[in-house]
Amino acid sequence: MNKKSKPSAYTLPASQLQKIIDLLHEQGYTVIGPQRQDNAIIYDEITSTDALPAGWTDVQEGGTYQLQRRDDDAWFGYAVGPHSWKQFLFPAKKKLFTIERETFRAQAEPADKTRYAFLGVRSCELHAIAIQDKVFRDGPYADPAYSRLRNNAFFIAVNCTEPAATCFCSSMNTGPGAESGYDLLLTELIDSGQHEFLISSASAKGRALLGKMELPEATPAARERGQELLARAADKMHRRMDAEKARKLLLANPEHPHWQELGARCLSCANCTMVCPTCFCSTVEDVTSLTGDTAERWRRWDSCFTMGHSYIHGGHIRSSGAARYRQWLTHKLATWVDQFGVSGCVGCGRCITWCPVAIDVTEEITKFEPVTQETAA
Amino acid sequence: MAEIKKPKLAVWKFASCDGCQLSLLDCEDELLAVAESVQIANFPEASREIIKGPYDISLVEGSITTPHDAERIHRIRRQSRLLITIGACATAGGIQALRNFTSVDSYVTTVYATPAYISTLKKSTPISEHVPVDFELRGCPVNKYQLLEVINAYLNGRRPNTPPHSVCMECKSKGLVCVAVAQKTVCMGPLTHAGCGALCPEYNRGCFGCYGPKETPNTASLAAWWREHGEKNTDIMRSFRGFNAYAEPFRKESEAHENI
Ligand code: SF4
Ligand code: SF4
Ligand code: SF4
Repeated sequence: MNKKSKPSAYTLPASQLQKIIDLLHEQGYTVIGPQRQDNAIIYDEITSTDALPAGWTDVQEGGTYQLQRRDDDAWFGYAVGPHSWKQFLFPAKKKLFTIERETFRAQAEPADKTRYAFLGVRSCELHAIAIQDKVFRDGPYADPAYSRLRNNAFFIAVNCTEPAATCFCSSMNTGPGAESGYDLLLTELIDSGQHEFLISSASAKGRALLGKMELPEATPAARERGQELLARAADKMHRRMDAEKARKLLLANPEHPHWQELGARCLSCANCTMVCPTCFCSTVEDVTSLTGDTAERWRRWDSCFTMGHSYIHGGHIRSSGAARYRQWLTHKLATWVDQFGVSGCVGCGRCITWCPVAIDVTEEITKFEPVTQETAA
Repeated sequence: MAEIKKPKLAVWKFASCDGCQLSLLDCEDELLAVAESVQIANFPEASREIIKGPYDISLVEGSITTPHDAERIHRIRRQSRLLITIGACATAGGIQALRNFTSVDSYVTTVYATPAYISTLKKSTPISEHVPVDFELRGCPVNKYQLLEVINAYLNGRRPNTPPHSVCMECKSKGLVCVAVAQKTVCMGPLTHAGCGALCPEYNRGCFGCYGPKETPNTASLAAWWREHGEKNTDIMRSFRGFNAYAEPFRKESEAHENI
């Protein structure tokens, strides 16, 4: 699909980003981008670069998230917030079909023809979308609504130069620089006194749009600066996850006593699964009109932390908190690999930040280390 | 369908503020449709007409606080095919169950000029402590859409969609920013039964727990977290002593923070 040769980079003055948004609007895209709202940077519809969180960053740790002023006016100088692109491609609540008693005929919901352009997609998020693609688009049970929205979408990625303390993408090989899966890629350069972006494309759609911009080729110095910023970002990440080791530890320790400790701490509130950009569980609810003449089937997000998730005739399979936490972690970091060929975690750190009691997957996984196969046997 | 006998619906009031019944009146447009689908046999907030039982569906609001009411609920149960409690009072004893943690006599002498006229029980108790209940709808007050959903589900012989998971799931599904994490606000959402649509977090406040304990609430863990982050035991106790103070998980957790 894409040419193997490295796409060449251009320089985009910050003032010209608006033109990209305008061109996308002209092409019928609904542009979604980052903005500051309710003490966080969230994703919502955007028409102007004025709405970007200029000069703000997010300070994150387990169970806490604070916005803080930056020394500069960078537009993308934050990491990831409580939202992810999942909420657009796989909405939290969606009507699937309506059925009439009289005819007993199901009427599928008309397809959502929205064409989204996502501005500010991080590398870990591109990986998360690639993971959801395996589930919703490329697997044996493709979801037409997801596939359509996703295939129609335009992705403007931004390289991460300011990871949060909760990020661990560098150890998961999912960032901080984006390598594929985008149409356009930006690297923000602001510390040279100028505000500009390195911009490159990796798809026909992206190249076509860039072609309309008439931008100068990036100087070697600017490219070098971009590389430096990425290397510095990777260095800043202190949290780590050894994915292969995590998988082995989890598969070897289903009865480890630490699960009980986790069960005692975990609230089963499901926040981690709601914010996780790869979590894909849903359930369906049927509703009727009062007279019972019509019924509708709705799909909504579900979580392995609810009792209903493991309910089958006669009871719940995972009734203890420990069992539910084990399900989440073991699926995410171990059995996901068997199922989909990749880890279910992209190292975005959201589940760490947004857990109301700060349960940290990177830390918890180390608790299984002392008792390995040899000592447990 | 018109000539098929419509199910008879009755609404009963015990110790309560009427807010849950008002949620039904508040349905306005939908209320007409409800009135077409059921025969409203007893609903003092809406009409003076009382049609004799038995009733297909009884909606019971309020808790049991007097010897007379402890009797009356049995009569209602006997006349009702389905008995559904609506709201925190009927389901958990309500705010008036705060008396359960102290001596009701002290309240009576403080509040009433002539305490001798007051005949009351020592405790405010949920309906389920007195008679079998078919379904409990949570909330203080109940959410009108959930109330309609429950009536609708029973009319159509299906289970109501009133999931027992946390308020957090509603909060996140709406794309709200967590006030606990982003503002360090005390929020009962992770312990509280969904149903309100995360109303308080939507208005930048912590959840007060109006819908009572969710399924498998881990009260001890969240309380310990609050404690570590500087909340006083009395404040933690009060967080659990709201409209659902007498719901067992909240009651136990509040007692664990009493007098320490
Ligand atoms: S498990 Fe946590 S860190 Fe990993 S992708 Fe999900 S939210 Fe991000
Ligand atoms: S790990 Fe944290 S966010 Fe996830 S269910 Fe448990 S308490 Fe909630
Ligand atoms: S604001 Fe409250 S209800 Fe919402 S996610 Fe946070 S803890 Fe849960």
